[in-house]
Amino acid sequence: MAQQRGRGMLKGMAVLAALVVAGAFGLGRAGASAEELRIGLIAPLTGPLAQTGMDMVNGFQMYLDEVNSDLAGAKVKLIVEDEQGKPPVAVQKAEKLVLQDKVHLFLGGVLASTGYALAPVSTRHKTIYIVPIAAADDLTQRQKEQYPYLIRTGWTSSQPTHPFGEWACQKGYKRIVAIGADYAFGHEVIGGFQRSFEECGGKVVQKLWVPLFSIDFGPFLSQIKGDVDAVFTMMVANMTLQFPKQYKAAGLKMPLLGGGTSADEFSLPFMGDEAIGYTTALQYSAALDTPKNIAFVKKYRKLYGKVPSYYSESDYTTAQWIHEVMKKTGGKWPGAEKFIEIFRSIKLDSVRGPVELDDQLNPVQNIYIRTVEKKQNFGYPDKELWNTIVKTYEHVGQYWKYDKAEFLKQPVYSRDFPPCKYCE
Amino acid sequence: MRGGTTARLLALCVLPAALALAVPFAGPYVTVLAARVCIFAILAMSVDVLLGYTGMPSLGQAAYLGMGAYLAAILATRHGIGLGCDFFAVLLGGLLLGALAAAFFGLFAMRAAGVYFLIITLALGMVVWGLAYRWNALTGGDNGINVFRKPVCGVDLSNGLAFYYTALALFVLVLAALSLLVVSPFGRTLVGIRESEPRMRMLGYNTWLHRYLAFVIAGACGGLAGVMWTHLTGIVSPQDVFLITSVDALLVVVLGGPGTLIGAALGTAVVVFLRDYLSTLVPWWQYVLGGVYVLTILYLPEGLMGLPARLRRQSSELAARKAVTLRESASVESRS
Repeated sequence: MAQQRGRGMLKGMAVLAALVVAGAFGLGRAGASAEELRIGLIAPLTGPLAQTGMDMVNGFQMYLDEVNSDLAGAKVKLIVEDEQGKPPVAVQKAEKLVLQDKVHLFLGGVLASTGYALAPVSTRHKTIYIVPIAAADDLTQRQKEQYPYLIRTGWTSSQPTHPFGEWACQKGYKRIVAIGADYAFGHEVIGGFQRSFEECGGKVVQKLWVPLFSIDFGPFLSQIKGDVDAVFTMMVANMTLQFPKQYKAAGLKMPLLGGGTSADEFSLPFMGDEAIGYTTALQYSAALDTPKNIAFVKKYRKLYGKVPSYYSESDYTTAQWIHEVMKKTGGKWPGAEKFIEIFRSIKLDSVRGPVELDDQLNPVQNIYIRTVEKKQNFGYPDKELWNTIVKTYEHVGQYWKYDKAEFLKQPVYSRDFPPCKYCE
Repeated sequence: MRGGTTARLLALCVLPAALALAVPFAGPYVTVLAARVCIFAILAMSVDVLLGYTGMPSLGQAAYLGMGAYLAAILATRHGIGLGCDFFAVLLGGLLLGALAAAFFGLFAMRAAGVYFLIITLALGMVVWGLAYRWNALTGGDNGINVFRKPVCGVDLSNGLAFYYTALALFVLVLAALSLLVVSPFGRTLVGIRESEPRMRMLGYNTWLHRYLAFVIAGACGGLAGVMWTHLTGIVSPQDVFLITSVDALLVVVLGGPGTLIGAALGTAVVVFLRDYLSTLVPWWQYVLGGVYVLTILYLPEGLMGLPARLRRQSSELAARKAVTLRESASVESRS
């Protein structure tokens, strides 16, 4: 028996040794060349967030293909890693990108928690982390000082819902029920809405929190108060498709409002007529009627078979932004600090409209209030669902019209903040 | 038997030492992965004590990893404890917390055996996950806790190599301790319980107490691994405490070979490198991992550690069959 054990161990050790040697050879590949710009993209390619991850990679790749992976002389080497929608996995992948591939910068992550997990990696390794999607407020607010190498090209969760709350109030809604995914992003989107909506005179009378990625809304739909003017939803990933279906099936008739991801184009093409009338707020809509966007939508759709979502647009715009920086340096990598400085100085004319960064490196941009309509658009033959823009708020920053210092004194939006003072 | 002893010695001392020295040359990422293997192997070995030696399949071992991990993260971020030489005190603290938690949960878990034990440990594990996910004020909820600094005590553990050697040292320590445990009379009693609990009870052993103590020891190892886990990635998230981690710990033991301790480490190494290293090279890594699982279940019920024995059995069977054919043909010849 002892002999068997011994041999077994020998065998095992041999396997381990082979793997380690393989690792040693793997390292040889990461030779540095002056003209190569190595970019790591971390996106969920498996699991419930796979569609959003696919949209991210496609958006970024589409821009690179347009310029033939040549950013002002720097040849881009894009390395895509799957984070599976799990923060610890994302950290592992980021470490791999920095340590093994020696990337100049990495970008990605979808969930707010993933953003919070990746930010310290950038600080630890003094490597730039660009955040195109993860919208956790504090990354560019209360905690920004801890993350000097973090740039956001997307949005903060509460950025679109600040003006949206006011819009809903001016539209005449008085009493609203909020139902959303129970995690930081959901709390912040709904928190932003509640704050401006209630300051304008509206009342959020009930808040329901659904576990993240859960797709059975039965127990929650039956709790929704019937005597309200509208229901505000905050859905992500696989939840978006299910909610409007089950809402209609439960016989509920109140108009649906929502955070940007509730009716985003990553899932809109797969929705049915139940989504018509869904009004949401975001910094992008595929139905945006500008020549730049129409060209973007047509090309994207031809390449990948569906309309681009904000996930696609945000990653496309990030690539464009990096290109602008490289133009200014003549294709040479300027070093992380200098890169951030140039990045910040650029006012970008992007697909979503004019974008620039504030002093905490979060975009100031247009916020679009969009209502789902079924119509023919952009010359496509079929009647389809589109996020038609009903109002544009221009030049909206992460603090909107609030005083920055005052704003930062209040805690970050959470399950309990703002308190639900009108809850019945 | 002599050859076996040499092979055993070689496998136990020379090869691991050579490997430990080879890892740094394989680059910083492989070093991180090697540290991950060392730490997760501690958790896996704790599962092996339960599954392989006592016959109790635990599906909630991530709970104790989580206890240690959250303890380290909370102490470091809220109180600045465990970032200097007091790191070793926190290691001890993780160990104790894991043991305490297991001592409490054990009171419930020990009431069941077999599949019911599996279910009850799963439930207890999910309770801890629920706490991590919901108790925002303490655990940071879904966002988890970021630990920005790593301990510095003589050497700076933010250095990947230093961290790896620390993890390796702990792994060796735990392996040695558990190896002693399983060959001790206590350990042999556990094996006896695995084989037939009623018989052990009839022989006068307090089987409940033995199982309970094994459970507590396993919990302690989990807590210890947890403290290192926090500093490995610099983040603790409810994901770490989730069912998947427990399943992983159970899977690597089954893959490596239950009841061997070192098999748990081997299984961990195979899975970590297939999942985190092969995945960076080829997109079809999941098929390889799945293939390894399926082939192991189908052909190696004793796990990877059972591979040499199986090969030997097959070759001796082959030889026997050949001998039989030879004898038959000889007898046919002699008759004709």
